[in-house]
Amino acid sequence: MSDYSIEFKNLVKIFGQSTILDNLNFGIHKNKITTILGFSGAGKTTLMKHILGLTMPTSGDVLVLGTAINHLDELALREFRRNFGMVFQYAALFDFLTSFENVAFPLREFTKMSEEQIQEKVLKLLDSVGISREAAYRLPSELSGGMRKRVGLARGLALDPHIMLYDEPTSGLDPITTHMVYDLMRDTHYNNVHHGFTSVIISHDIHATLKYSDYIVFMEKGRVVEHLDVESFKKSENPVIRRFLEL
Amino acid sequence: MKLMIEKRIEALGVYVLDVLEGLGEFTNFTFKTMFWTFRPPYRFKLLFEQIYFIGNKSVFIIFLTSSFTGAVFAYQIYVGMKVINADSFIGPLVTIALSKELAPVLSGLVVAGRCGAAMAAQIGSMKVTEQIDALEVMGINSYQYLAVPRILGATFSLPLLSAIFLMIGYGGAWLIGTKVLLIDEVTFSSKISDFMELGMVTEGIIKATVFGFLIGVIGTYQGFNVTGGAEGVGKGTNMAVVWGMITVLVVDFFLTSFLTKIL
Ligand SMILES: Nc1ncnc2c1ncn2[C@@H]1O[C@H](COP(=O)(O)OP(=O)(O)O)[C@@H](O)[C@H]1O
Ligand SMILES: [Mg+2]
Repeated sequence: MSDYSIEFKNLVKIFGQSTILDNLNFGIHKNKITTILGFSGAGKTTLMKHILGLTMPTSGDVLVLGTAINHLDELALREFRRNFGMVFQYAALFDFLTSFENVAFPLREFTKMSEEQIQEKVLKLLDSVGISREAAYRLPSELSGGMRKRVGLARGLALDPHIMLYDEPTSGLDPITTHMVYDLMRDTHYNNVHHGFTSVIISHDIHATLKYSDYIVFMEKGRVVEHLDVESFKKSENPVIRRFLEL
Repeated sequence: MKLMIEKRIEALGVYVLDVLEGLGEFTNFTFKTMFWTFRPPYRFKLLFEQIYFIGNKSVFIIFLTSSFTGAVFAYQIYVGMKVINADSFIGPLVTIALSKELAPVLSGLVVAGRCGAAMAAQIGSMKVTEQIDALEVMGINSYQYLAVPRILGATFSLPLLSAIFLMIGYGGAWLIGTKVLLIDEVTFSSKISDFMELGMVTEGIIKATVFGFLIGVIGTYQGFNVTGGAEGVGKGTNMAVVWGMITVLVVDFFLTSFLTKIL
């Protein structure tokens, strides 16, 4: 078994005339927190969509837990996606469901759990991300941005995923809430790592990234500029990264 | 001069290609949703929610539109027919017009305005806030979850709404005919059975079903194709209404010429 839970092999993505991902070859370490860092438009979200099989490569392969997901048929791919939990930039909670029902949604769809079991599991998940009973029965529109992100995290964890993906989880949050969300992501990681758990965070917040990640992938214009552990990253001589570090 | 003509022709070509591409995407979307309609899981709860939603949103306007349409129509026919002393034909004429044309078309326009727009707005806002991606990431087919119940809901609801339109419209005409224009009650309704045929009712039902389906497909298609924030949602909603209404009117013409031949 390889050391990586996700691997990109000669991954190329072209939209129309422009090459968005330019021949990527690297792996994301199993059971670690990896941050994909880069300026806006670097191709980070597109890369994440390839991990999920929401976007298919123009050429090359994406291996997740050893499976080339770009070769799965539609039904197998949908099945496979249960390995993932995802937290979206603005949480993407279903606006017609309460917090409770948002977290219960994947359980109702994909498990045969009884109503009591669902009740218990959802409340436990909401507890673990610090959402009160009272907030559990409110609609997303009645929650603050930070609370929505917590509910989104609880929903992402509902099916006990092996890979957790976060797309700019702290954008639009104040600095204090940002750190709370990062603490929560780290706690989530270490609470689950014993049964195999990889966290991938997309970010452009350099300070939080240095504090919380194990590995950093720096992307620019569809290419990987550096892929290093945090300590080596801090010492990188690459001018673009130096500029980023001095922010 | 030559350059200008060339430019015009080029622009026209680009426009034609755009339209064709749009039509292709729309057809593709239609087949995709039809495919997923017949695949499990069947989401009956969502379907009933949609039927309830569509009925709830349009039934009041249908009441209003139908009663006044029936009344005005009765009155206008009376004015026209009185000249040749044929005012006792109001009953059958109103009923035929309502069942074949007015009920399905006007109900279709109401539903396109109220529900086609709502479909595009709901799905469009889910698109721009990544809720559709969230569904897909969980392994749920968003077409099956969002489009299929709405399209089926509209397909089943519109014939029902059209039937309501017919009955209320008839009631409006009856009130004006017998109470205001003082046509004998027995004459008003007895003539109807002389002229009405089952095919006319069938024609109305078929039309309403087709309109419902098309309004559903157009509304959800516009929702899924929304791009770029709140502004995009507004644009999609607008397109859903405009294209829904145009489609009802144009398709009505072709359906009429087709159905008149076979029924
Ligand atoms: N579906 C798409 N069609 C065309 N271009 C796209 C699409 N998705 C992303 N892009 C383009 O790809 C580039 C990278 O986008 P993205 O991956 O969202 O960047 P990031 O998340 O790093 O900000 C952008 O220039 C964007 O316009
Ligand atoms: Mg992005």
